[in-house]
Amino acid sequence: MTIGLDHYLLLSAVLFALGFLGVLLRKNTLVIYMCLELMLIASTVALVAFSHFNGTFDGNVFVFFILTIAAAEVAVGLAIIVALFRQRHTVQVEELNQLKH
Amino acid sequence: MGNLLFLIFTFLTLGGAALVVVNKNAVNAAMFLLVSLVGVAGLFVLLDAALLAFVLLLVYAGAVVALFLFIIMLLDTRPAALKAFTRPTIVAAALGGLLLAAGVVMLHRHAELPAAAPAATPSLRDYAAMLFTTYLLPVQVVGFLLLAAMLGVIVLSKKFAPPEDAP
Repeated sequence: MTIGLDHYLLLSAVLFALGFLGVLLRKNTLVIYMCLELMLIASTVALVAFSHFNGTFDGNVFVFFILTIAAAEVAVGLAIIVALFRQRHTVQVEELNQLKH
Repeated sequence: MGNLLFLIFTFLTLGGAALVVVNKNAVNAAMFLLVSLVGVAGLFVLLDAALLAFVLLLVYAGAVVALFLFIIMLLDTRPAALKAFTRPTIVAAALGGLLLAAGVVMLHRHAELPAAAPAATPSLRDYAAMLFTTYLLPVQVVGFLLLAAMLGVIVLSKKFAPPEDAP
């Protein structure tokens, strides 16, 4: 059996699903953020696999941009979490329900 | 050999990701995210993108996970139980999982995927040529985005004075 594009795509889909499951399942905002990162990584795996099996480099260059966006997103998101913690003294999502009431 | 390596890195990636999801302690979750990232970097090497594997480890393992650990230890995060599923969540998750599985199966059966890798491995020169010709505008835009993110973080982490009439 040789490893083809469909194996990489299956891996990417499962990784994305795991990340999404984490976003649904976890209560800690920081861990939800890690699961978002997992979803971004899953998309990069698919891009690199497509790029490799099509013989172009465009997907690889896109991964650079995704990495940059992810780094910026993490910086801003963690700053928001710290600001939120300063206000509410919690990072658990079920206690951050001020907009609900 | 390639197959065995693929299986090992797949195991690392998916096992790390699963443990990120189910682990109750946030610090352990960050550590398993690191394991998962190492697996993904190995997959990148298998896909002839060694430079991307290097950048992934540098940016994610070096910066992002370190930042996560820093914030986890800065804030007081006690281990918490997982969220209980309500009935709509179960239905939506099952439906979404089913649709994803159906998409993967359809892709496997019907799509005409390119079988073999024809091209040579991209060199650093190829990346540079693409980044500075075809993708010059996106590079500039991403640079501005980083600037905006930096300013946003500075504004967010500033301590604002409370309003006068606050209790």
